[in-house]
Order: sequence, then C-alpha cells, then structure tokens
Amino acid sequence: MKRYVITRMATMFGVLMITLLITVLLVGSNMDTILKQGIVFQVRAEVTENPSIVESFSSVDEFEAFIQKKIEQRNKILGLDEPWFSPQRVGFTMYKILLLDFGHATFLTSDEGSSNVKDIIFEKLPRTILLFTTATIIISIIGIFLGALSASRIGSIVDRITSSFAIISSSFPVWWIGMLMIFLFSFTWQIFPARATPDISSSDPAYIGSLLYHMALPLITIVMIGFGAWAYLVRNFMVGIMQEDFIMAKKTIGIKQKKITYTHALKNAAPPIVTILALSLSGSLGGAIITEAVFDWPGMGRLYFEAITVMDLPVIIGATYILTVFFLISIFIADLLYGYFDPRVRTGT
Amino acid sequence: MSSISPQEIKQEFLKSKTGITGIIILSSLIIISVIAIITIPIETFQEWNNPEKWISYPKVATPVWVNLFMIEKIPEHKILDSPNIQTNSNGEVFLTSHQFGVNFDYDDFPNDFIYIFSSEYSGSPILEMSVIRPDGMKLELISTSLPHANSEIIHSERIFSTDSSIKKNLLLQSEKFLFNLDNLSSEDIVFSKSESNKPLKGNYIFSIDTFSINSQPQSLESEFIIGGKAFGIMGTDELRRDLAIGLLWGTPLALFIGLVVSIASVVMGLLYGVYAGFKGKKTDETLMRFNDVLYALPALPFLIILSVTISNSIFVMVGFLMIFGWVGIAKVARSMSLQIKTRGYVDAANMMGQKDSKIVLKHILPQLLPYAFASVAISVPAAITTEAGLSFLGLGDPSFPTWGQILHDANTFGASSRGLWWWIMPPGVMVAITGLAFVFIGNALDAIVNPKLKR
Repeated sequence: MKRYVITRMATMFGVLMITLLITVLLVGSNMDTILKQGIVFQVRAEVTENPSIVESFSSVDEFEAFIQKKIEQRNKILGLDEPWFSPQRVGFTMYKILLLDFGHATFLTSDEGSSNVKDIIFEKLPRTILLFTTATIIISIIGIFLGALSASRIGSIVDRITSSFAIISSSFPVWWIGMLMIFLFSFTWQIFPARATPDISSSDPAYIGSLLYHMALPLITIVMIGFGAWAYLVRNFMVGIMQEDFIMAKKTIGIKQKKITYTHALKNAAPPIVTILALSLSGSLGGAIITEAVFDWPGMGRLYFEAITVMDLPVIIGATYILTVFFLISIFIADLLYGYFDPRVRTGT
Repeated sequence: MSSISPQEIKQEFLKSKTGITGIIILSSLIIISVIAIITIPIETFQEWNNPEKWISYPKVATPVWVNLFMIEKIPEHKILDSPNIQTNSNGEVFLTSHQFGVNFDYDDFPNDFIYIFSSEYSGSPILEMSVIRPDGMKLELISTSLPHANSEIIHSERIFSTDSSIKKNLLLQSEKFLFNLDNLSSEDIVFSKSESNKPLKGNYIFSIDTFSINSQPQSLESEFIIGGKAFGIMGTDELRRDLAIGLLWGTPLALFIGLVVSIASVVMGLLYGVYAGFKGKKTDETLMRFNDVLYALPALPFLIILSVTISNSIFVMVGFLMIFGWVGIAKVARSMSLQIKTRGYVDAANMMGQKDSKIVLKHILPQLLPYAFASVAISVPAAITTEAGLSFLGLGDPSFPTWGQILHDANTFGASSRGLWWWIMPPGVMVAITGLAFVFIGNALDAIVNPKLKR
C-alpha cells in the first residue's frame, strides 16, 4: 500500500510539473513581452514624475539614452535580459508558481480591487464551489438512487425513462440548455434573473438570500442535465453486480429485494461510483467555464473566460495551475479510494 | 469479449431499435451535408462574416413558417429582383419602366422598402418612383435626377423609404388619407388603408421610371426590397445573416470534426494501448505513465490556451482535440490486449517466429475492432460538443460558420434575453441530434460487444 501511494504521488507531482511547464512554454513569449512593456512603462513613469531628473538633461537624445539604460538595468536585475525560454527563467517562473506566487494581473481585479492573482482566484473559488459542488452533490444523490431503483427493476417504466433521459440529456451541451433556460425562465416567464451575479454588495444581510435566488437557475440547469448520466452509470454498474452469484445466493436465502439492492449491491458498486464522484467533484471546480460564462456566475470559470478574452496571462496561468492541482488531488484521492475498496488494484496486477 | 463475427454484429445491430434510429438520423444528416455542399456555393459561407454580402437581408427576422401559427401575419421580407421591364422611346426621350408587383397579405406594416439599382448612362436621367395600391390609388413617391455625366458612367444607388423627399411627396398627397400623416413613416403610409392607419392587403405595383434624353440607360442591377420581419426557413440574425445557410453548412463541418477526431483518436489509442499491452514490462510501464500524464491534464483549459496561443484554425483544433481523445481508449485497449495476449493462438504465432508487428496487426487488433467501432461512435458527440463549446467561447475558427459559432453570436447579442428563439434553438438542437445519432449507434454496438449490459 505504501509503495502504491508513493508511486501515485510521484506520478501526480510529475504531471503537475509537466502541466506547469507546458503552460509556461505556451504563454511564455507573450508573458515576456508584457513584463518588458510593464518595466518600460514603470521606468518612464518614475522618471517623468521627478522633474529634477528631466531638467538635468540638455537634449532629448541624452534623456532617451538615460531611460534606455535604466530599463536595461532593471531588466538585468529581474533577469529579463535572458530569453524567456532559458532554463533559469522557466525554472524561476515555475518555482514562483509552485509557491502560489502568480504575480499581478494585467487587467482584471478582484471585487475589492486587488490585482494580486492569488486574491482574485481565492475570491472566485468559493463561489464556484458553492454552485457546482452543490450541484454535483445533488446530482450524485439523485443519480445513485435513481440508478439503483432502475437497476432493481430492469425493463420497467422507471428504468426505460431513466435510460432514455440519460442518453438524450447527455447529448445536449449544458450551456445551450442554460441559454434556453434563461430564455424561458427569465425572458418568457420572468421568474429568475438572467444574470446570476448578485446585484447587492456582500456586506448586506440580504446578500445570502439574493445569492441563492440568483443561483437557482444555473443550479436547476446543471442538475437537470447531469443526473441522467449518473443514474445510467450507476444502473449499469449495478446491473453487472446483480448478476453475480452472491446476489443470487442472497435472493435464494430470502433476503428482501430492496435490502439486497440498497445494501449489498450498492456497496459492491461503490468503488467505481466513488471514483467518479471524486472526479466529478474536482471537475466541478473547473469544467464549468462555458456554463459560468452563459449564466454570468462570478466564479472561476468566468474568471478564466474573462482572462482569456483580455489575454491576462498571469491569471490564465494561475487559474490553470489551481485547476490542475485540484484535478490531480482528486484523481489521487480517487485512486486511493479505489485501492481501499478494491484490494486488487493495490498490488498492481 | 469473445470473438463475434461481423455478420453476427450486423444481425444484432439490425434488431436494435436505437441503432436503426441512429443510422436513420445519421443518414439524413449526411444527406443534409451533401445538399449543403451542392446547393450552397462555397463562396457563400466564406462570406459568412462579410456584412456587405448580407446587406439586403432583414435584421433578426423570424422564420417565415411562424406565420402558419399566427393569427396576425408577420410581414415577410421580400427581395424582388426580376422586374417587369418596359422600354418606350418617344423621339428623343427614352423611358425605361421597371415594375415590381408584390402581394402584401400581412397584418403589420413592413419595416421599410429599399430600391437598389445600378445603371450605365450618360447625360442626366430622371428617376421617378410611384406605387399603385390595391385600392387603385396611385402615390407618387420620389422624383429625382441622377448625377450628370458627360460620358458613359456606372452609377449605383440605394433609395430608402426613410428618404426625406419620399415623406415630403407623401405629405403633399395627404388629402388622399383620412388621418394625420405627420408622425408616420413612409412605409406606414404607403401600405395603409386610406380611412385608418391599418395595413391594406392586396397587390401593390411599384414602378420605377427612368427618363433620359438621347441615349438609353443600361440597367445593370434593379432590386426592390420590402423589409419585413420574417425571412427564410430559419430566420436571420442581428448581422442580417441567413441562419439557414449557417445551419446547413454547420452539418458537414460538425460531421467532419466529430468523425475525424474520433476515428483518429480511436486508431491512435488502439495502436498505443495494444502495443503497450503486448510488449509488457518496461515498455508497458513507460507508455502507461506517459498515458497517465496526458490523462491528468485538464482538457478544456488546455484546449483554450492552445487555441489562444497557437492557432484557432479548424484543422489545428481537430488536432488538439485528438491529443486529448485517445488517452482513455488506450487504457481500455491495453487491458483488452493483455487478455488476448494469453490466448493460445498468439503464443503459437509467437513461437512460429512471426514479427511483433504482424502479431499485433493480424491477431490482436481484429479482435478489438467491434470495441473500436463502438468507441468511435461514442466519442463523436464529445468531440462535437467540445468544438461547439470552444466556438461558443469565441475561440473557434471565425471563417467557418459552425453551430457553436452561431450560438456564440447569439449569446453576444443577448439572443436569449431578447427572446430570439430561432437564433438559439436550431443550432443547439442540431448539435444534440447529431450527438444523439452517434450515441444511439454507439449504444447499440456497445450492447452487442459487451454482453454484460444485456438483460
């Protein structure tokens, strides 16, 4: 077990590093240009703010040369004189990111006005967790029960409806259903607001109520599209298990069908279900970029979307990193749980 | 996963209702694609983002068939481009008369009317526009002279109903109407009953007369547009584009993306997985760790970064989608080949000294083919929805009107909060139908390949 955990952890760390490296390499050259422009701007601002320096030059050329020299000096101090793909710089960037130091955003700010990428991300993350993790939990509860129910009555109406609903709902993009829901419930019948961003400040006592009210439409949409696939998955696992000998044996002993379904069969279907649960919980943190963009929910997904539209690279890197970390942690937990439930996995055969 | 012969698969497949439904939907999609490719010239969709091309189309017009369900008929947008041409010469004066007949049978006024023409002439011809209404009333609309030219020139112009001289002319004829014309627009007057300001139904004839001296003007283009609120089978969007064309062209594009991505990823995954499983030991370990790394990369963020930084061309995008597509298939293929490897005939082939490549290609891969077909079918919808999602975020290839692209535009112009359902519904339904077709086929195949799911 120890060896298993260690190899998994090593793999995960490797993956994290590779993801980071790829991201840095992909946006590195743009990032470099932005950083250098920032320094030019900074130096010019500093010099022009100080009239005594400006006055001490006799010609424009001399003044320009002075500024150029200052810029180069600063570039050298920050190590920007080397090309962006030099191992030192890439390594340094990666090291900084590892320690969650993402630097400052170029355009975006948090609601409080901080441009520190870490602040921005940790402001958005709880909102995403609130919406999508809640949705995932609701989905999995409905899914597991509906799945178990239809698995215990294969071929019944419940089973058929669940299966066909699962197949149909999984081929609709969630964000498109979101657009339709906005069209129906905020335009045609004005029940819910079209934009999911609460319109009062977070210090107001009515904020929570308003937040929940704005959350309703996206939540309903996500749950509606999500639970079918879950139920279908659980059903298929259960169908496989219901055909096993030990279930048959329990049936012949005379244990009630209901008890067999919900205790014995469900327990045996647990490993894959738990794995998928862990994966979808982590997926719920980042895979919602498009849905959040549709509903204008002020979470990680919309942050990511905004960062891409204005090419705010520090935010893109930071958000990718955080999402990858969560994703990896949950894969890791899923692996461990799988190993715990199913001892065969641990030995690696 | 015992070996099933192709005949058996075919027989089983034909028995499954969902499979048949899937095939039917898929073939109709293919027919639509063929129709799109044949009937709509490629130039049309390349001009998708060129506003010039769509200028004579109406803005956010509903589909025409909506009128079937409406008691109050919405005016249709009409582009009349084949006028009834009469020429007369009276000694030195040449008269060319273009007449456009239109049956106006709606319960609302049109948005506007526009006369678009271009003609070649010399001198300074005079253009007169008038309309004969169903009640026999004749209204003079405009009388204007075209710019003077000493030699032959080509002149193009658009005369809009908002032209102030049309309004002025109508006000001069206000005694023909029993109500006040002051605050009404020209089209509301021209198409109005004389006793009250309600639309008058019937046949209207717009005639445009050109008088010129000495030479006859050559008409190069002559189009009369009655701007309505309904157009085409699928309506139009904010940028006046005909959505039917976008939707039709989206079909072959979606099928192309879905099929290429899934076939390529399945082939890659199969070869990779089978090779890893067959070789075993160190090779297997290394290949599978690499697989783990790719598996753990968050796909959507990476696709976004790739399309932003490298290129958003549709072909490059297909490549990106493949990178993330083959990983899961490789895992399954590996475990399957581990099972097949232990069978007697593989051992036998090995002992006979056959090459590894031959064993893999001849003895192991064919066993996995049913699974491969099922996974191709199942992974198509994912590819299509991912591409649609990326386009929806505005990261798609702007030169091709994919369904995601149309939805992106719809979202940008706030179609869902403005109630423009014909802009949102059809693209999403098309994505879903295409997905469903492949899911149906895939599920039917899967049930045959994995007998455990059978009841």
